[in-house]
Amino acid sequence: MTREKTSQQAEPSSAGGRRRFLQAAGALGGLALLGRSAAAEKSVELPMANGGRQLATYPQKRELILMTARPVQLETPMEVFNTGAFTPNDAFFVRWHLSGMPLSIDGDAFRIKVGGLVRQPLELSIADLRNNFEAVEVAAVCQCSGNSRGFFNPRVAGGEWGNGAMGNALWRGVRLRDILDKAGVSPGAVQVRFNGADNPVVPATPDFIKALDLDVARRDEVIVAYAMNGEALPLLNGFPVRLVVPGWYATYWVKMLDSIEVIDREDDNFWMKTAYRIPKNDCACMQPGEQGVKTVPINRLTVRSFITSLADGARVRAGRPLEVKGIAFDGGYGIARVLFSSDGGGTWSQAELGKDHGKYAFREWRAPFAPKAGRSYRLTCLAVNNIGESQRFEPRWNPAGYMRNVVETVRVTAA
Amino acid sequence: MEKPILRPWLAGLIALVVSLPAAAAGTPGTVTVKLPDETARFKPGPGVETAARNCTLCHSADYIYMQPPLSRAQWQGEVTKMRKVYGAPIEERDTDAIVGYLLSQNGKPE
Repeated sequence: MTREKTSQQAEPSSAGGRRRFLQAAGALGGLALLGRSAAAEKSVELPMANGGRQLATYPQKRELILMTARPVQLETPMEVFNTGAFTPNDAFFVRWHLSGMPLSIDGDAFRIKVGGLVRQPLELSIADLRNNFEAVEVAAVCQCSGNSRGFFNPRVAGGEWGNGAMGNALWRGVRLRDILDKAGVSPGAVQVRFNGADNPVVPATPDFIKALDLDVARRDEVIVAYAMNGEALPLLNGFPVRLVVPGWYATYWVKMLDSIEVIDREDDNFWMKTAYRIPKNDCACMQPGEQGVKTVPINRLTVRSFITSLADGARVRAGRPLEVKGIAFDGGYGIARVLFSSDGGGTWSQAELGKDHGKYAFREWRAPFAPKAGRSYRLTCLAVNNIGESQRFEPRWNPAGYMRNVVETVRVTAA
Repeated sequence: MEKPILRPWLAGLIALVVSLPAAAAGTPGTVTVKLPDETARFKPGPGVETAARNCTLCHSADYIYMQPPLSRAQWQGEVTKMRKVYGAPIEERDTDAIVGYLLSQNGKPE
């Protein structure tokens, strides 16, 4: 009796078992699923033209930088990256392409369809993944292709991120390869393509679908993840499962993954053939206005590093040594070293690397810094990975604003 | 006979307790979120009604104001992309008004 009444309030259409009711009641009772209105109007100014952004608290999220409300895009403030190598789920950036994203997911009823060029099509529940496949974990950076787009010069249209469209998490799930093997990939397979439960609001808008070559899809580290930092994924990060492609840009990390399809050709849908492409050359770069540049689908992350303990324009106390902290990462070879400079790159010293969480993860680093009173400093860092790839001193330019990895500088003054 | 329903704090407490074994057993349960209301508005300007009517269907107004200031040709390109690539049902006769509005809001001097 009591149960029914509350259940009706919470979920009118639900036949509702006890646990379901309790979850619904819990949501009403104040579990952190209701986002607070952004009406408080706290804001930040990213260092770019039109860089004003509201701060907003979304469901299952702490206060983040609101780039757009629908489809929702949230940026992680840089100070979060100073708190550890792993980005907390509630601080992890959010980027959706299509406004027709589900706001309620029944994770128990959710199914991943595996089909196309396979011998045995499958429909997998989350319980199937947990019970019938080997569980694997990988720490990996998820970074938007257009992270830092707002710093391109000349500017380009798009999602005008600062540097916070990235995060590192411990992902747990099952190997995509194991799923493909269970279904049995048939001869003639070329790519595997992935769709999520999000949909366009206008039928003519291309559905967000991504594809990987079969050899990439079958790599050890590519997983279908049902947990992130030891918990279920936040809905805005793809609950109940997302694809995780360590070392590759987040565009392939399809959220709310509900379809895995093996195909006999290179996928030619809009999001592969037209969008998310980079110039087909060593630098993935070109001149503004240059025409006829051949392109390829974006793929592996470039090497990057950031100072996280000091913001640009910070004032530091002179006369006592202090430690500058930061993070570095690359596209899956691992960070070999990070160099630090307090004179804008005139002289460099090697930073001390923090714990190694694997070659796809953030690598923390620290370096001593002894500021003198009355002086200004240009603090900068430069990461090198295990195959000798490094960051650029001159920023690359491409029309979509992808793959920025220039050496970044933080200016501080000592008093 | 009409017993009081579970007090919210009690329901919340039970939900917390119950959700732990559920999570451990690997049943994800249902997650429902309610997103905050959109706060960005189409600011007043020439053609605001046409722009709001056409653009709001697919995205919030902040998509306009976060862009760097764009030239007429660039905004024209954006509107064309919305029509031809993303299939927005924008009448051709509305495009000039929309481009004009976007320029008035976030245009780059030429």
